Amino acid sequence: MTSTPKISIPPSAEAVAPGETGEAPQARSAADSRILIESSDVSLFYGPSQALKRISIDIRERLVTAFIGPSGCGKSTFLRCFNRMNDLIDHVRVQGRIQIGGHDIYSGDVDVIELRKRVGMVFQKSNPFPKSIFENIAYGLRLHGMRNGPELQGVVEQSLRGAALWDEVKDRLHSSALGLSGGQQQRLCIARAIAIRPQILLMDEPASALDPIATAKIEELILELKKEFTIVIVTHNMQQAARISDLTAFFYLGELIEYDVTTKIFTNPGKKQTEDYVTGRFG
Amino acid sequence: MAGAGITLAATLLILLILAIILGNVLWHGLPSLSFRFVFSGADRDMFDVNKAGILPMLVGTASRVILMSFFVIPVGVITAIYLNEYAKPTSATTRVIRSAVNNLAGVPSIVFGLFGMGFFIHFAGGSMDRLFHPGSAEPVWNKPGILWASLTLAVMTMPLVIVATEESLKAIAPGLREASLALGATKLETVRKIVLPQALPGILTGGILAVSRAGGEVAPILFTGAAYYMAHYPQALTDQFMDLGYHVFVLSTQSPNVDQTRPILFATVLTLLLLTFTLNVVAIIIRARIRRGMRAAH
Amino acid sequence: MTSGTTHPLENADPWAGIRRGQQRRPVEWLVERAIHAISLSAIVGVFLIFIFVAREALPIVLGRATSASATQVIPLEGLDTRSPAEIQKYLGLTPEQFAALDRDAKVDLMNLKLETAKGASKDRDAAVNTLEWRYLLLPYQWSGYDKPEMIWQPVSSIHKYNIIPLLIGTLKATIVALLFAVPLSLAAAIYVSQLSSPRLKEWLKPGIELLAGIPSVVLGFFGLLIMASFLQEVFGYESRLNAFVAGIALGFAIIPVTFSIAEDALTSVPGSYVHGALALGSTRWQAAWRIVLPAAIPGVFAAVVLGFGRAVGETMVVLMASGNASIVSASLFDSTRTITATIAAELAETVFGEHHYRMLFLLGALLFGVTFLSNLVAESFIHRLKKQLEGKA
Repeated sequence: MTSTPKISIPPSAEAVAPGETGEAPQARSAADSRILIESSDVSLFYGPSQALKRISIDIRERLVTAFIGPSGCGKSTFLRCFNRMNDLIDHVRVQGRIQIGGHDIYSGDVDVIELRKRVGMVFQKSNPFPKSIFENIAYGLRLHGMRNGPELQGVVEQSLRGAALWDEVKDRLHSSALGLSGGQQQRLCIARAIAIRPQILLMDEPASALDPIATAKIEELILELKKEFTIVIVTHNMQQAARISDLTAFFYLGELIEYDVTTKIFTNPGKKQTEDYVTGRFG
Repeated sequence: MAGAGITLAATLLILLILAIILGNVLWHGLPSLSFRFVFSGADRDMFDVNKAGILPMLVGTASRVILMSFFVIPVGVITAIYLNEYAKPTSATTRVIRSAVNNLAGVPSIVFGLFGMGFFIHFAGGSMDRLFHPGSAEPVWNKPGILWASLTLAVMTMPLVIVATEESLKAIAPGLREASLALGATKLETVRKIVLPQALPGILTGGILAVSRAGGEVAPILFTGAAYYMAHYPQALTDQFMDLGYHVFVLSTQSPNVDQTRPILFATVLTLLLLTFTLNVVAIIIRARIRRGMRAAH
Repeated sequence: MTSGTTHPLENADPWAGIRRGQQRRPVEWLVERAIHAISLSAIVGVFLIFIFVAREALPIVLGRATSASATQVIPLEGLDTRSPAEIQKYLGLTPEQFAALDRDAKVDLMNLKLETAKGASKDRDAAVNTLEWRYLLLPYQWSGYDKPEMIWQPVSSIHKYNIIPLLIGTLKATIVALLFAVPLSLAAAIYVSQLSSPRLKEWLKPGIELLAGIPSVVLGFFGLLIMASFLQEVFGYESRLNAFVAGIALGFAIIPVTFSIAEDALTSVPGSYVHGALALGSTRWQAAWRIVLPAAIPGVFAAVVLGFGRAVGETMVVLMASGNASIVSASLFDSTRTITATIAAELAETVFGEHHYRMLFLLGALLFGVTFLSNLVAESFIHRLKKQLEGKA
């Protein structure tokens, strides 16, 4: 198996990012940041059909990386490789190597449960448990051994504050989470994910089902969260990618076409396909 | 448009038949359904209108149904969990299991009776007697008894419990399982803390349906445990029992004077119907709620 | 939440912990094994049913059972002319027992055997093994009868096991039940699924399905005590209990089955079919009859086949309302005996392992086979319906 050259941030990126745009999200240079997820030659098969074709990409620590591309391009599937959620589907085969923090996460001695504790996920459709708001957050904490008590309550509050939801729900922590609005539910899911202190937060189109105001709140939250978490977000909304991400990867038909600093992807893409997509000529 | 009228007439006719059956039983049964009748033991003369009571039959039917639930609900629920949560939906094993469950639901109840006799009484009971009571002249386990009748009914109602549980498992939004797993829960933790609490109403429905179905069944217990008459209540798992449904059969076909025993027959039928119908109505209500929830979830 | 805050779940090297192997949750592993084992054993149970019912019937199927009461007699001289093994078998002894006996004892036993043979039935049929397939299925002229007949008469000096009368009885009751229940429940299914208002449907469907909650012993009681006399008055036939009464009562038992399946099938036809027809100016009834019903026809077949399976296997109704005389007759108004009623009525009197017992298990295996087949057929019809609707929709 010959190895395709890995797409990584070109040396010019450092010069491009802060210099030419000077915008807030890209304030921290991509090249300054450590590589956290290193994916090399990752292919994924659903039975006989190949959904991902030899994808190599480096995800950098404490930055927001956006995956964009037309639907069915494999961006969500690839995202789910990082916490091995694809393991749950029959007949899925993953080839190649994904290393997180220097450890091959598909190696035989990896405990998926421990991996998922460290790689949190927020889904497209908000999916709070049919329990109280408090219990939704406490669920993950209890799984990992925390008992009832002031400590648990403290972390619940901290997480809700972290997801910018505390002020809205502090008076009704023990009422059902299903009574919240769509945007609140999604922020609750984010709070639930960050409560167990993951290193990485995967977000699979977290705002696609929300109205513009709720979406704006989520985007604001993401910019806040990236101070502490490495965020990988899948989105079909290009403005969103441009607004919140530092780096953007463009996927098309299971292939990674281009990966670069977000401003470059949107202003001066290197590939024709990328340009066609970001300028709205297809997809 | 005549066709539409015919279909309406057919619908009404079916409801009319139902009404006639229920009305008839209610009309003739209610006057003889006294507190004394329900709560007094069977007299040696079961056909004496003034002395007969059905408490032993109620106790017998209740015991065999409760005993059955102990077997069928855990096994049925676990099988449903396996099929829906663990088994790969496309695998050959899963398909064989599913079609076996479907076919089990269509097996006539009398065949379950034969199975109970061949497997539980003669095979299992016979083996137990050879093992534990080798010298005994009288069979201990190798004869009809309440344990064997309950086990036979448990096998018979297994598909009801499996199907009802699976239905409620399917009604749970898949996103909940994903959310739990993504938080680092194991599969078992997800099943125990997220899936099962949500499926509880469905499991309840399955259990109630099984109890109501088994409560009225007579054919499978004809030769696995029901007794024509017993002077005492069943005290051990090996004892036979008197049964409400079987008693209806006995009163209808073995009575020395059908016209004279008519009142107690109707009262017995009414009791049986009240029990099974109450359970059915409860199950239908819970099920309707689940279906509404399912539509909301998807 | 700043990065300075300490968090109880945070530790120094966050990624070290992921590579610690997978074999650490013994309880989880055990419980999952148990779940697997229990569900598999539930399935093994299904096969056990078939095995145990068939096992008891096997000697008959293989022709290894015999019901002949008369045996061939060996005269006293045989003790010297025949081989010892043959004599030992004839006297019904084990080789050890046979060897332990002296010649006088053997002579006594031979004489005893001769005496019992003399006392045995003089019937010429006594030596016939009535369990052979030809006696089970074909007419035979029994001694005392003036023409070949098919007779089910297990409890008599000659055990007659012809199953044709039972098959005819079962078929008669089933056909009456289907003729009564199928049109009625199909029409009701059309009404409920296509013509009634949604509000009304919420009441009608559970209402009709309530019929399924009536135990079959109650339907049998109703047929026996109320319907039988009423129908006899209306139709004026002779035998009060017969295939007709049993069939109608049986119909009550299968209406909920056929109704539910047919209603599901009709409801599964996409609404767009109906809207299309309505847009072209047809009435709701025309749309239901000409568009929806043809589209759902495999489901309707499935309903009929499942109804058939249920009717064939129903026991208490026919046991109580059919009269239970095993006569070969084409008339619906003659008393009739079905397979299920035969098993229910006779099994309690049989001796474990004896030929009558095995014969009833053979009937049970037959029932199992028929219902199993009708289930498979119905399943394939439903499968076809689903595929058809998916293909078109």
